[in-house]
Amino acid sequence: MDFILSLLGTLPGAVAQGLVWGIMAIGVYITYKILDIADLTVDGSMVTGAAVCAMLTINGVNIWLAMLIATLVGMIAGLLTGVFHTALGIPAILSGILTQLILWSVNLKIMGKANQALPARDYPVIVTQLEKGKSILMLVLITAAVIGVLYWFFGTEIGASLRATGNNPGMSRAQGINTEWNKILGLMISNGIVALSGALLTQYLGLADINMGRGAIVIGLASVIIGGALFGKFCRNFAYRLACVALGGIVYYIVYQLVVFIGLDTDLLKMLSAIVVAVFLGVPHLKAKLMSGKKKKEAENHA
Amino acid sequence: MLELRNVSKTFNAGTVNEKLALDHIDLTLNDGDFVTVIGGNGAGKSTMLNAIAGVWKPDTGSIVIDGVDVTNMPEYKRAAFLGRVFQDPMLGTAADMEIGENLALAARRGRKRTLHWNHSQAEYDVYREQLTDLGLGLEDRMSSKVGLLSGGQRQAVTLLMATLRHPQLLLLDEHTAALDPATAEKVMNLTDSIVTGTHLTALMVTHNMQNAITYGNRLIMMSAGKIILDIAGEEKKRLTIEDLLRKFRELGGAQMPTDRMILG
Ligand SMILES: Nc1ncnc2c1ncn2[C@@H]1O[C@H](COP(=O)(O)OP(=O)(O)OP(=O)(O)O)[C@@H](O)[C@H]1O
Ligand SMILES: [Mg+2]
Repeated sequence: MDFILSLLGTLPGAVAQGLVWGIMAIGVYITYKILDIADLTVDGSMVTGAAVCAMLTINGVNIWLAMLIATLVGMIAGLLTGVFHTALGIPAILSGILTQLILWSVNLKIMGKANQALPARDYPVIVTQLEKGKSILMLVLITAAVIGVLYWFFGTEIGASLRATGNNPGMSRAQGINTEWNKILGLMISNGIVALSGALLTQYLGLADINMGRGAIVIGLASVIIGGALFGKFCRNFAYRLACVALGGIVYYIVYQLVVFIGLDTDLLKMLSAIVVAVFLGVPHLKAKLMSGKKKKEAENHA
Repeated sequence: MLELRNVSKTFNAGTVNEKLALDHIDLTLNDGDFVTVIGGNGAGKSTMLNAIAGVWKPDTGSIVIDGVDVTNMPEYKRAAFLGRVFQDPMLGTAADMEIGENLALAARRGRKRTLHWNHSQAEYDVYREQLTDLGLGLEDRMSSKVGLLSGGQRQAVTLLMATLRHPQLLLLDEHTAALDPATAEKVMNLTDSIVTGTHLTALMVTHNMQNAITYGNRLIMMSAGKIILDIAGEEKKRLTIEDLLRKFRELGGAQMPTDRMILG
C-alpha cells in the first residue's frame, strides 16, 4: 500500500515533465512526420532554449520575453541546419549533427559554464517542481496554445505547402512550391518549439545543464511513437494527432518514473529508450518484409 | 508558345557512363499545338520534358515559354507556366493529403502562398463539379486521402490538378502507361477533351502509336537525343502505323520500336 501511495506521489512530477517533453516531441513530429526528416539538431537546440531562458531570466528579463527569445534562438538553430541541408546539399542527419556540435560550444558560451542554476525561489518562473499542480495547469495551457497555433498554421496555404513538401517533394515543385525554403521553414518551426520546451524544462528543474538535451531526439521519437501507437485510433484530425504526441510524452515520463521507482539502474534508461524506438521503427519494416515473403511463397505454391 | 533552341544535355559527363541524352534540340510549339511524342526507349523524350520543366539546367541552349526565357529559372518558379502529369501515378499527388487539399494546392500554382486558409468552401464546390465531370465518382470523396485511390483515379486527379489553372504548356509523360487498357483509354479520352476543350498547348509522350496518330495536330519522333521526324496538319491525319514503322526503320536505325511500343 505504501508502495502504491508513494508511487502515486511521483505521478504529478512525471506528468509535468512529460508535458514538457510532449511539447518537445511536437517539435520532433513536425520534422520527422511532416517533413520526413530525422533532425538531430534538437539535442542541441533544447539546451540552447534552456540556456538562453536561464541567462536572460537571471539578468532580469521578463520570463515570458525570455521564453520568446529562447524560441527565436531555437529557430535560428533550425535555420542553420536547413541551410546546411538545402543550400549546401549536406544530408539532413549530418546537417543536424553539425548544428548540434556548433550548439554545444554556443551553449557553453551562453552560460559561461556547464550549468546554471535558476532557483524558483529567486526568480519569477512560471513552472517549477516546487508547485507541481500549478505547473501542470500552466503546461497544459501552453501545450494547448502550441497545438492551436500549429493547427492554424498547417491549415494555411503556406502550411499546406509544407505538408506537401514532406509528402511528395517532386509534386510540390511541379505545383510551384519552393521545397528548399519549406524545409528550412519546417526546421525553424520545429527547433523553435524544441527550444521553448528547453526553456520550460530549465524553469521546472531550476537548472540549465549542457547535457540536458542528450538523447532528446530519442525521447521525442519515443513520444511520437507511443502517442501514435496508444491513441492513434482516436487521432484523425491534425490537432488531435498533435495532442496524441503530447500524451505520448506524458506516458513516456510515467513509464520512466515507474522504472526509476522500481529501482532499475537509471544508467540503462537511455539504452532502453533507444531499444524501444528501434523496435517500434523496425517492426513495421519486418512485418512488410514477412508479408511480401509470404505472398511470394503463396504465389509459388499456386504456380 | 514554347521554344527550345539548341538544347543539349549530357548525363554523367566525363565518366564511362557518359550519355548524350539531348543532342542540340530545336523545337517551336505554336499556341494550341497538341503534339504527340514517340521514340524508342532512351530516345530522350522524358529528358526533353524534364529540361522544359526545369528539373535541371541544360548544358547548352535556351528555353522560352510564352516569351519568357526560363532557362535559368528554378523548377518551382517555372511551374507557374506548366501543368505536368507523370508516368508513375504516385508522383503527381500528395498521397497523405486529401483530394480537396491536393486540388487546392494545384489551384495556387504560380501564385504567392499566404497565411490565408488553404481552401474555401466556394472553391470546394467548384472542385466537386470538376470531379463530377471526370465520371469516376470522386466528387463524394473530397476528404479521402489520395493514397486510397487507384492508379487511374490518381492520374485523373493529377490531370485535373495540372489543368486546374490554365497552364501555358501541359507536359504529359506516358501518363497512361501504368494503367490497365480500359482505364488508360478513359484517361486518354479525358486528356483529349481537356486539351482540345480548353485550347491547351500540350506535349504528350506516348508509347501507343495509335494514340500518337489519333490525338493531337502534330507528331514528333525522337531518336538518340534528336528530333528525327516532325509531321503536322493534313499529313499527320493521313499517317498510319505502317508509315511510322517504316520511318522508324529508315530514320531511327537501331532505335526500332520496342516491345513496350503498343502498335494499335
Ligand atoms: N537522371 C539521369 N541520369 C543519368 N542518365 C539519365 C538520366 N535521365 C535519363 N538518362 C539517360 O538519358 C537517356 C534518355 O533517357 P530518357 O528517360 O529521356 O528516355 P525516354 O525517351 O524517355 O525513354 P523511355 O521510353 O524509356 O521513357 C537514357 O539513356 C537514360 O539512361
Ligand atoms: Mg521516358
